[in-house]
Amino acid sequence: PLFIPLAQSDMKDYKHLDIRNTVGNVPMEWYQDYPHIGYNLDGKKIFKPIRNKDELDEFLDKMENPDYWRTVHDKTTASDIRLTDEQVDLVHRLQKGQFGDVNFNEYEPSVDFFTNEVMIHPVTNRPQDKRSFIPSLIEKEKVSKLVHAIKMGWIKPRKPKETTPQYYDLWAKEDPNAILGRHKMHVPAPKMRLPGHEESYNPPPEYLLTEEERLVWEQQDAEDRKLPFLPQKHSCLRAVPAFSRFIHERFERCLDLYLCPRQRKMRVNVNPEDLIPKLPKPKDLQPFPTTMSLVYRGHTSLVRSISASPTGQWLVSGSDDFTVRFWEVNTGRCMKTLEVGGAVKSVAWNPNPAVCLVAVCFERTVLLLNPSLGDRLVVSSTDQLITAYEPPEEDKEQAVTWALSEGLEHNMGHRLTLTHPKAVKQVVWHGKGDYLSSVMPDNSSNLQVLIHQVSKRRTQNPFRKNKGLVQCVSFHPLRPYFFVATQRYVRVYNLIKQELTKKLMTNCKWISSMAIHPGGDNLICGSYDCRLAWFDLDLSTKPYKMLRHHKKALRGVAYHRNYPLFASGADDGSVIVCHGMVYNDLLQNPLIVPVKVLKGHQITHDLGVLDVTFHPTQPWVFSSGADTTIRLFT
Amino acid sequence: MGGLQKKKYERGSATNYITRNKARKKLQLSLADFRRLCILKGIYPHEPKHKKKVNKGSTAPRTFYLLKDIRFLLHEPIVRKFREYKVFVRKLRKAYGKAEWTAVERLRDNKPGYKLDHIIKERYPTFIDALRDIDDALSMCFLFSTFARTGKCHVQTITLCRRLTVEWMNYVVTSRSLRKVFISIKGIYYQAEVLGQLITWLVPYQFAHDHPTDVDYRVMATFTEMYTTLFGFINFRLYQTLNLVYPPKVTQHEKLNRWVSCSLQKLSALSASLARVVATAEEEEENQLDQFPADGEDLENMEAREKEQKEQEAQNRLFEGLKFFLNREVPRESLAFILRCFGAEVSWDKSLCIGGTYNVTDETITHQIVDRPDIDKQYINRYYIQPQWVFDSVNAKMRLPVEDYFLGVTLPPHLSPFVEEKDGDYVPPEKLKLMALQRGEKHEEEEDDDDDDDDEEYNDEVDDEDLTEEKNLKKMEDQRSQGKTLAVKVTPGKVKPWETGSVGNKVRLEKEEKAEEKRLAIMMMKKKEKYLYDKIMFGKKRTTREVSEHLRKIHSGSSFLLLLVL
Repeated sequence: PLFIPLAQSDMKDYKHLDIRNTVGNVPMEWYQDYPHIGYNLDGKKIFKPIRNKDELDEFLDKMENPDYWRTVHDKTTASDIRLTDEQVDLVHRLQKGQFGDVNFNEYEPSVDFFTNEVMIHPVTNRPQDKRSFIPSLIEKEKVSKLVHAIKMGWIKPRKPKETTPQYYDLWAKEDPNAILGRHKMHVPAPKMRLPGHEESYNPPPEYLLTEEERLVWEQQDAEDRKLPFLPQKHSCLRAVPAFSRFIHERFERCLDLYLCPRQRKMRVNVNPEDLIPKLPKPKDLQPFPTTMSLVYRGHTSLVRSISASPTGQWLVSGSDDFTVRFWEVNTGRCMKTLEVGGAVKSVAWNPNPAVCLVAVCFERTVLLLNPSLGDRLVVSSTDQLITAYEPPEEDKEQAVTWALSEGLEHNMGHRLTLTHPKAVKQVVWHGKGDYLSSVMPDNSSNLQVLIHQVSKRRTQNPFRKNKGLVQCVSFHPLRPYFFVATQRYVRVYNLIKQELTKKLMTNCKWISSMAIHPGGDNLICGSYDCRLAWFDLDLSTKPYKMLRHHKKALRGVAYHRNYPLFASGADDGSVIVCHGMVYNDLLQNPLIVPVKVLKGHQITHDLGVLDVTFHPTQPWVFSSGADTTIRLFT
Repeated sequence: MGGLQKKKYERGSATNYITRNKARKKLQLSLADFRRLCILKGIYPHEPKHKKKVNKGSTAPRTFYLLKDIRFLLHEPIVRKFREYKVFVRKLRKAYGKAEWTAVERLRDNKPGYKLDHIIKERYPTFIDALRDIDDALSMCFLFSTFARTGKCHVQTITLCRRLTVEWMNYVVTSRSLRKVFISIKGIYYQAEVLGQLITWLVPYQFAHDHPTDVDYRVMATFTEMYTTLFGFINFRLYQTLNLVYPPKVTQHEKLNRWVSCSLQKLSALSASLARVVATAEEEEENQLDQFPADGEDLENMEAREKEQKEQEAQNRLFEGLKFFLNREVPRESLAFILRCFGAEVSWDKSLCIGGTYNVTDETITHQIVDRPDIDKQYINRYYIQPQWVFDSVNAKMRLPVEDYFLGVTLPPHLSPFVEEKDGDYVPPEKLKLMALQRGEKHEEEEDDDDDDDDEEYNDEVDDEDLTEEKNLKKMEDQRSQGKTLAVKVTPGKVKPWETGSVGNKVRLEKEEKAEEKRLAIMMMKKKEKYLYDKIMFGKKRTTREVSEHLRKIHSGSSFLLLLVL
């Protein structure tokens, strides 16, 4: 609270009306609930005024009282005090930051306490040190030392520094043999590239960039640009501006010189023609199919599988349009069309020429058909073979139910129906034509491969363990071996001994197909990662050769029965025929030469050729594709 | 067998290399000092053959130095100087802080310095080695000599660079060793043949530099420090070989001596010849090739060499007897340098530079080099030509016809003399014309269309026919499948034309067969070889593509020109 010193005159007023509160510096709220607000000097209570001023009173007072502005409310006494003129004046002066006392002079002349004049009497009267007027011995010693050094020529006057470097014949006594060992490893920095025509200030017009090229150049990163600058044409030398990146380029060169790792690189100077291997001319390796001669049309969806009859007169094909079609090879005529109850995954003609049977698989069924084509004797003998079956005395529980077709179905050619527990992907005949095997790929069970015997209508599951997803299987053409291709390996089982004989590492990611040479010595594996692995079964379990001829996944591979040919069909729509000759002389390496790339199939839905098979006697190859056609190349 | 187990990375290539940080620690240097040392000593990182082995199995990108290099740095006396300098800086800073100005002065006077002579000797044991590596030094010194004295580097460095470059130019003029020149958009390239070494350098145009902020000038300064030392020694040696006084002095040239006393300015005028140590040594340095009895191949070689020498001499006298005058607007220094290199007399306006020996009014002037569209007062007995004539003539090794370079004439393209086309590369038509001119053929007005278009060879007729056949087949099939009523019919087949055996078809058939064989053989290539083959073929294809691109541009341009003519 503002403390206002009371003037003498006011003191007089207070003398006779001294109502000063004696409670001291305590909050006045403490007296809120009491009728008094403290005690005067006499110890009497000071009572609060009967009526407190409210807002209205305040306002009226403000309006009517001319001294309102100089009235101050004193909380301790609960009374209004009107300030006198002197008090108001004092307030004004304090607000301006002036001294409270009117009579105080702030600019009085200063009195020098210390003077600059020398007095006759010093402040201290100590006599001077002796050492201040006796020459220093230490200094004398130092000086004499310096003098001695100068006399002796130890200290010389400082020479002015040479700023310009001195040059002389540095290589006066050069010795070319004095090369440091380090220099043996020295890789001299390559010189700067010499400028080409495009760097000229006035280049030939063909070196200038067109508008589009310039735009491309501007959008490229500095590292991707072929030229580090824009070629420009100036009409005269006078018009050539400074090159803005000059210092940059010099600096980059400096950085290259001391920061860039150096390595000696051998520049290969080869004639590319020398790199191409010398192969026997395909002409000398004839016969092999060279031209497309026939197209078999009729299917309405992709043709998954084809198979030729052992005589080579007929061809069977299975397609996704739920039909199996029989074709005459030489004319391209569709002899027969059979509707089956699902997309046909695989067809296989019985390789025994004395039996006319075709195995067809779709969904969970393997159907044995008698197409009734060709020699009538063979056809009837086949039917007899099937009807001659006598059920054994004790019925064994089999994984597959065998059912004989009758009636309409019999007329259509159906003979036997094998209903499998799972969807079948592939059927293969044994060379003799009595056994056939079916594949039901399933990663989680050991029931993936079944071997059926047609004459006894017996089925057995050769494997007890699941060794991975089976892709395809095949019988050895001569010996009792059974080949099972899983995703990455081909396992060869001996069926008589019932044991694993070999495990072939294919080095492929995913095998799609497999074929065995009719001699049984070689095996080829096609894979979805565009490779074809050629195995010599006697030699090693690793592929003798990997062929990467196709650009896309291989779908089918096949061996010819008589000629040393094998073919592969892939998703790039081509069939590549290779000559694969194995010599009896063990010292001579097998000769594997691609002889022909056959094209013709259109690529539909990223699928090209789905299956290939050779004609049994002629050097002809059939291929079926996703473009619903089958083609014959002769 | 027993014995201790061999530990990995303790022998072999892992022990031959050292990473940068380890090297720095071994040398006990800060990174900046290490860099400086590497620049001065010419130590650079090496790329190991098997990076993973050297990197101890890690594939992290690291720079490796040869351990031998770093060991070699350990004994470098300059390293101690670096440390001394560090101490000096510390002391100086302390003295500054304490405001002990006498101490500051004393320290300043004793500032440790170092010389690079021994490093130069060590890096370049023979003179030829040094000369081989002078390209970068030249370009750098020429750049630094054009810097303004604004504090990007020491003024002494700039003046030293200027001095050295002027000395170099004077040497080249005196020895007449300039071979090629090229005006590029970056600057002017010069190529000289000094003691059998081709030396190329680039001189920026005379403009103020717009100093970039992302360039570390300390690195450049360190390089320049090394280069100036090297360059000075080389200049000394070169002057010695020509019996010239070093530092160079101009011969008694009273006029000049009267004008200026500064020898550098006199030298940079490039108009006076230099003083020789032995006064009697005349300019008679055409050392004839001695005739050796030789036979067969040697004789041919000898003849070729002789011919070359003669050509060289002819080129050196290219402008002899001509009197040039440079107008104000042409780059004086470069033109004076080139013209003097080939024996011409040059002068320029007095206001341009000192050292001009005659005036514009001199009647004996044969050529005046002008770079403006027109000039008011022309003398009748001299050619007014644009500066490109000089450059093109030097590159062509002959005086080109001046008509193409007259005032206001559209100049022919300026070609780079450094490009040597191999067969298969694109040769601009101007170059062909020039080559014909050099061979001595007449300058033909009509240029024959020499660029025959043989790039349209590939026409896939075979495929076409296959396709049509396929179509026919398909059509027939369709007809058959659609209307079963269609009677079975045999359409007469056509004999395929190439089977009839006409000569052209036979040839084509053979070609196709060859191509097919090749394709099949390529399929049988090994992976490694295939990769290499593909790379080579890619390069070849790129060059042919570039050539065809250039041809296309020319064709479009020429058709446009034709339209204009019509």
